[in-house]
Amino acid sequence: MAVALILLLVAIGSVLFHLYSPWWWTPIATDWAYIDHTINITFWITGFVFVAVIAFMAYCVFRFHHKEGRRADYNPENKKLEWWLSVGTGVGVAAMLAPGLVVWHQFVTVPADATEVEVMGQQWQWSFRLPGKDGRLGTSDVRNIGSDNPLGLNRDDPQAQDDVVIENGDLHLQVGKPVKILLRSVDVLHDFYVPEFRAKMDMVPGMVTFFWIKPIRTGTFDVLCAELCGAAHYQMRAKVIVDDEGEYHAWLEQQKTFADLSPAKAVVKATYQSGGK
Amino acid sequence: MVDVPYDTVAGIPPAEVPDVELYHPRSWWTRYVFSQDAKVIAIQYALTASAIGLVALALSWLMRLQLGFPGTFSFIDANQYLQFITMHGMIMVIYLLTALFLGGFGNYLIPLMVGARDMVFPYVNMLSYWVYLLAVLVLASTFFVPGGPTGAGWTLYPPQAILSGTPGQDWGIILMMSSLILFIIGFTMGGLNYVVTVLQARTRGMTLMRLPLTVWGIFTATVMALLAFPALFVASVMLLLDRLLGTSFFMPSLVEMGQLSKYGGGSPLLFQHLFWFFGHPEVYIVALPAFGIVSDLISTHARKNIFGYRMMVWAIVAIGALSFIVWAHHMYVSGMFPQFGYFFATTTLIIAIPTAIKVYNWVLTLWRGDIHLRVPMLFALGFIITFVNGGLTGLFLGNVVVDVPLSDTMFVVAHFHMVMGVAPIMVVLGAIYHWYPKVTGRMLNDALGKFHFWVTFLGAYLIFFPMHYLGLLGVPRRYFELGDAAFIPPSAHSLNAFISVVALTVGFSQMVFLFNLAWSLFKGEPSGGNPWRATTLEWQTPETPPGHGNWGKELPIVYRWAYDYSVPGAEEDFIPQNQPPRATRAVQGAAS
Repeated sequence: MAVALILLLVAIGSVLFHLYSPWWWTPIATDWAYIDHTINITFWITGFVFVAVIAFMAYCVFRFHHKEGRRADYNPENKKLEWWLSVGTGVGVAAMLAPGLVVWHQFVTVPADATEVEVMGQQWQWSFRLPGKDGRLGTSDVRNIGSDNPLGLNRDDPQAQDDVVIENGDLHLQVGKPVKILLRSVDVLHDFYVPEFRAKMDMVPGMVTFFWIKPIRTGTFDVLCAELCGAAHYQMRAKVIVDDEGEYHAWLEQQKTFADLSPAKAVVKATYQSGGK
Repeated sequence: MVDVPYDTVAGIPPAEVPDVELYHPRSWWTRYVFSQDAKVIAIQYALTASAIGLVALALSWLMRLQLGFPGTFSFIDANQYLQFITMHGMIMVIYLLTALFLGGFGNYLIPLMVGARDMVFPYVNMLSYWVYLLAVLVLASTFFVPGGPTGAGWTLYPPQAILSGTPGQDWGIILMMSSLILFIIGFTMGGLNYVVTVLQARTRGMTLMRLPLTVWGIFTATVMALLAFPALFVASVMLLLDRLLGTSFFMPSLVEMGQLSKYGGGSPLLFQHLFWFFGHPEVYIVALPAFGIVSDLISTHARKNIFGYRMMVWAIVAIGALSFIVWAHHMYVSGMFPQFGYFFATTTLIIAIPTAIKVYNWVLTLWRGDIHLRVPMLFALGFIITFVNGGLTGLFLGNVVVDVPLSDTMFVVAHFHMVMGVAPIMVVLGAIYHWYPKVTGRMLNDALGKFHFWVTFLGAYLIFFPMHYLGLLGVPRRYFELGDAAFIPPSAHSLNAFISVVALTVGFSQMVFLFNLAWSLFKGEPSGGNPWRATTLEWQTPETPPGHGNWGKELPIVYRWAYDYSVPGAEEDFIPQNQPPRATRAVQGAAS
């Protein structure tokens, strides 16, 4: 029975494709393997249901397709069967949802020892900011943005002066250290997306959003924008380099702080203005 | 409503509403153009939706050419690519599927299936179509205005949608908003009609629990649309004000092309909440009519009652209600309050239960049936496979933390195309093969139909099933070119090229279908009034195609539910809804 066979082959072919597909997730670079495990659980449960439903359907088509003299049964309802199927489905759904919610709890709970890093998106480039020696990021506002202050830092904020500012460059992170990534945008929605990190989040102008990760291996990773942000969305790229401790500090030493980047005049002027009020 | 649906003994209540005098057309214009007959309006809706749908199909070819063979076609640039994806998405979801299911199938089938002479407000019904046509024309006009159509993505997220870094910022976005506003006005006029007709104009004996599931699906979807579209309406008006008058409903302080803009104080997330408060129910506005129609196709062609009718009705209603409290599952990585994730993941996965019940009941209807593998049945089987596939991948994306790596990748594109693109279109095509004989009096060609089915079903599956794995790999959506990225191997580009070739093939095979529609109109085999030997009222009309007023002198009286197929003891394997019980007993007596 050709139709039944083709339906069955669709199910079998899908399973084989899944098992032998060369396209699979990238090797993970953070400790979000929990997310991958949850995806795997979901694949198992949904894969079973998919094959079961289609195999049953293919069997029905094979066994009950029209022949001369065949007459269908008349059975409008079967409360018991419907009840059991509902309960079974509920159990399957719970088996996917429960681990999902547990991992989500981890995802939204930032560890206390996480350091902060800021990523800022603008059409169509990435900038980064790391806290200076004081370990804290200074305040910022989109209204401060100018050619010599691309991130809109607050010149009057002493904590901002030693912030490390990387405009349109690459970000380095230290392996093994949890980091809370604060996300800002100056113009439209963007999304800081590194496939190997698994975590991602939109960047929304007027808000500071975040996610946290703990890098578990060193390497260089592509940063892409995952939220449509206009004509050159596809070209909005950077790199994240996960270093071991020595390399990371060597890199950090070479970076310029906000005070280094500000023309002396602007600093004086800003000081004067705030003093005059 | 307490009566058991398949009980044929329940009494028939007296007519509550006297038969109304219909508007009768006096000229060719009022009969075929400015017609108030729901059947003519249905065909107008269907033809308009299909015409703009063909534009969306052509846009998908252009997108696939670019994705499959980047850098080959100099006539597609990054701006145009964004305009193609935006217009393709918007047309398919709203101007094709919503309009076709509700305006097309709703108008044709509701009055016939409930035993009414027409919609209750025929004049408003006519206006509904003309406003819809205007909305489509405004939408299509954006291809010809300076700057072209908007390229903001069909989700139209501000601030991007109205700023200068996005194509179509000049005219495109303004006309898109205007067109949506018109569409919603037109839909509201039609939608009120469908709801009131189902509630008030059912013929004697047609209790709610005797309605065919097609009517239940369209009815529930319409109620949902009447509640959901206002959210899109206000979002469109507010975005239009932000764009035209410089208000800041959705616009915070921001920098536009290096300059501090005049905006300040608004919230981009507010738009997303409004959009998806409409947008998620919209998925089910497209899906529920498909659920209803496919139930009737399966039952009719398997010659068996739909399994668990009452459960099917409650599942439709439950899905409709639940779909209003899941919208933020489109926003897990939007930056909204993170604790929302628990609530929306839970509600989203709960929807899987009534949805799964529907799937079980479809396949259980096949069990011990007498399955005629005619073209509508083939499309119904194709629907089940693609819907199960797309529904199951929804469990990935609905489960908040699983969505984090997959959101905004090709996995999402594959998922929603499978579940609300391919699956409903399988139903649309199956339904056209099923009801074409009633609309025209002629059968569609069977061989062409089977060819059309296999190419479309297998092709669509080959396009969208492997696409999920590009998303698992991490390939982002809405990319003009993937460019250099270390994690994307050359084989991913080969897969993209393969998908494009299949997509073009499937697209062109639809020409076979169009040819079949046109050819059969004149040369098709005459169908008679009830070629599928179906029970529901639309097949029992005195004339085929049904005349003005549908029923001749007397409205039909309904004695039984819509699924009396293969009733034990009955001579025929179907008993029409309007066949009185005594006649059945007489038949039974004769048979024994």
